Amino acid sequence: MAALLEVRGLVKNFPVRTDLLGRVKSFVSAVDGVDFDLHQGETLGVVGESGCGKSTTARLLLHLIEPTAGTIRFEGRTVGTAELPWKAFRRQVQMVFQDSYASLNPRLTVAESIAFGPMVHGLSRREAEARANALLDRVGLEPNLMAGRFTHELSGGQRQRVNIARALALHPRVLVLDEAVSALDKSVEAQVLNLLLDLKEEFRLTYLFISHDLEVVRFMATRVLVMYLGRVAELGPTEALYTGSRHPYTTALLGSMLSMDPDRRTDAAPISGDPPNPIDPPAGCRFHTRCASAEPACAGRVPVLTALGGGHAVACHMSEPGSGHSRATGRAA
Amino acid sequence: MSASPAGALVRSPGYWVAVLRRFARDPVAIGAAAVVLGLILMAVFAPWLAPQDPLQGMTLKRLRPPGTEGHLLGTDELGRDMLSRLIHGARISLFMGIVPVFTALLAGAAIGIVAGYAGGWTNSLLMRTMDVFFAFPSVLLAVALAGALGPGILNSIIALTLVFVPPIARVAESVTTGVRSRDYVEAAKASGAGALTIIRKHVLGNVLGPIFVYAMSLIAVCMILASGLSFLGLGVKPPMPDWGLMLNTLRTAIYTQPLLCALPGVMIFITSISFNIMTDGLRSAMDIKA
Amino acid sequence: MFAYAIKRTLFTLPIMLGVSLVCFALVHLAPGDPLVSVLPPDASQAIKEQMMALYGFDRPYLEQFARWLARVAQGDLGTSIRTGRPVSLEIGKAVGNTLMIAALATLIGFVLGTLFGFVAGYFRDSWLDKAASAAAVFGVSVPHYWLGMILVIIFAVQLGWLPPTGAGPGGSEAWVWDWVHVQHLILPAVTMSVIPMGIIARTVRALVAEILSQEFVAGLRAKGLSESGVFGHVVKNAAPTALAVMGIQLGYLLGGSILIETVFSWPGSGLLLNDAIFQRDLPLLQGTILVLALFFVVLNLVVDVMQTTLDPRIQRA
Repeated sequence: MAALLEVRGLVKNFPVRTDLLGRVKSFVSAVDGVDFDLHQGETLGVVGESGCGKSTTARLLLHLIEPTAGTIRFEGRTVGTAELPWKAFRRQVQMVFQDSYASLNPRLTVAESIAFGPMVHGLSRREAEARANALLDRVGLEPNLMAGRFTHELSGGQRQRVNIARALALHPRVLVLDEAVSALDKSVEAQVLNLLLDLKEEFRLTYLFISHDLEVVRFMATRVLVMYLGRVAELGPTEALYTGSRHPYTTALLGSMLSMDPDRRTDAAPISGDPPNPIDPPAGCRFHTRCASAEPACAGRVPVLTALGGGHAVACHMSEPGSGHSRATGRAA
Repeated sequence: MSASPAGALVRSPGYWVAVLRRFARDPVAIGAAAVVLGLILMAVFAPWLAPQDPLQGMTLKRLRPPGTEGHLLGTDELGRDMLSRLIHGARISLFMGIVPVFTALLAGAAIGIVAGYAGGWTNSLLMRTMDVFFAFPSVLLAVALAGALGPGILNSIIALTLVFVPPIARVAESVTTGVRSRDYVEAAKASGAGALTIIRKHVLGNVLGPIFVYAMSLIAVCMILASGLSFLGLGVKPPMPDWGLMLNTLRTAIYTQPLLCALPGVMIFITSISFNIMTDGLRSAMDIKA
Repeated sequence: MFAYAIKRTLFTLPIMLGVSLVCFALVHLAPGDPLVSVLPPDASQAIKEQMMALYGFDRPYLEQFARWLARVAQGDLGTSIRTGRPVSLEIGKAVGNTLMIAALATLIGFVLGTLFGFVAGYFRDSWLDKAASAAAVFGVSVPHYWLGMILVIIFAVQLGWLPPTGAGPGGSEAWVWDWVHVQHLILPAVTMSVIPMGIIARTVRALVAEILSQEFVAGLRAKGLSESGVFGHVVKNAAPTALAVMGIQLGYLLGGSILIETVFSWPGSGLLLNDAIFQRDLPLLQGTILVLALFFVVLNLVVDVMQTTLDPRIQRA
């Protein structure tokens, strides 16, 4: 099946120090060569510690920041070229941000915020406001009560519903949800998650669901992508990944989640310490400085994302035949 | 959420309504605003309020103290009625306080918003240029420009405008830079809107308020500076009734009629303190954490 | 730290160049040709052109600017058209005189400003705060040249305690630090101090109120630290900013002394500027403005570097 969205070789370096002439002396390697596909109708969960490049990937996808390198193809057309200009692409892909307050203009009413996008794309004010009211109703907010209100009068859950309505106002096919429920109370979070599932069904949406909360990702995602320090560590169908993770980082991450439940405790070593400094990331496999199974080979070469069958792939020397790691398997697809 | 009363649309009061309500609860600020309004009315209706012609003097009745028959506040060094001159003085003095700030507001806000929104080298070029003018103490810059251009109302306005563009641009740049990185601007970009649409719909509404209030706080400074220029002989030219110029021409009478000499300064002081208190009140009213 | 000072200094150089350009442009902004004040109005065209060539005013602007800049870099600010003496000499003496009243004014302003600011910030919303804040609003709102006149009226004209104007017997040439001369400093310095007093009081009030509202202060109090100990913490945290504001205010007073010096006939840089403007002595005008502006730039630089050194919270790469 051809992917709806193909991301290849995405790289983003943020300059952190410049010399007196403005030349870049050092940079943060926020995203370093990320490849993935997004298929029609799926929910791809993206997990990882804070600072691993999840949010940067989302912003790169919508071209809110300029990528250092990489291409994005939507239905086979390269985005940002004459085949598919950014403005046309943005009708198809919309985003919901984590901070529900900061992502709504405090000077606009709820209806004005939602109607802004459609008006940019040529709808009249009347049509755009009608669409805004319909969407408000759809996300569970009474239009007559809510349309004329300002951001600061709403609760966090209400604001995030408005943000979802705003993202849907252009009738997109893909929604990027960047920690969209992370700031909400648990009870409200569950309501919003269910709303998202209903909307996905109704509007035939595809989700890129970014979260640090592994439980929520398991509930929402059909496939999961694990990121570590700007690179893809592991990628696979949700259940396969949650029950049979192959990357030591994924295993440790899942271990930290499951350790709350005594019956499902794993023996995986917990991750120690903080992630390394992304200004000067470790050579080879970026996880080797914190990995219990690390060997000299791990520091030498960047592991290749190796397919394991069933859509499961991992970037680890232990799963890569002939990598030089003592536990390297020959079971590659 | 499900029970939807089929009532009329609920429309919340906007931000500025809330600000004005808060402002109205501050008695000191309201008092100052009333004084400012009174001064403006006095300037507008000066010809009807002034008992006599501010330019017509009688040489025989020079430097009469306040309380003189027919001249409530006395007469100046050319025998002109002080009360009439003070009332008429509100016109040019308020004009010189407000107009340079207003023109500087237009230019400075445009420069700062463009610099803040564009970022990068556009920002560097614009803001480093502003820094050069910022490197002059404001009185020195005003005096230098007015001194080089020569006396006169227009030259004073040009000089004072140039003095106030850099600080306004700096404030505009900093608030715009703050707004630019907000998620709602990102969301607007993600919806495919162009830079001009985003500035018009999302940036202006959030930055003009703070910039405007900052500019308001400069009116008192500008008035004192403009009066200062006139006081030095670099601003308004005689015989126009300007409070700063009146202070200058009455200075020679400091030993004989001290009270008379002080009067124009009282007017400048009342005006500037009222503007300052009003702006302080407005600023704290705008500080709504919601 | 040292690296920051170097970097900050390098960033100042373009500003200084820009300031020089503005000062240079001022002369060409002036209406009429630059020799209007030295030549008799009926001077022949030939003499005019000869003089223009002599002063280099016939060259392209860029060349004139480069030549002027090169001379300025060597400390040569040209010759005063009126007195015929080197501009640098005239300015040096005048700036020294201005520095006397400006430094005294800054000191008075700082002492009173911090006092009012501390009281207002410590007893927020009490009547003490309101009184101190009123004093601060007064300081920033009062036209100080008018206040100077009022002080002259009260203390010189009515009471006769202090001299109204000037720098004492013999003018600034014969300045000595005795009461006969020093009493001339008092009124101008007190008048001038009103501005830094108001601004420093406002800054300190905001600083103190902010520091006291922070959690670490509650923590210190909870640990049983005495009020004087808390006060020490507040002083330590407020001092760098307050001192920085004081430094900048000194620069503003130096550059903005023209009004006060005109009121008090104090022979400083402001009065020099006034004379230069009204006698259309353009080299003197240009030189005075340049020196005062560059002084302000350097002062800003020093204050910034010192504040960074004093305040550990400011981390600048």
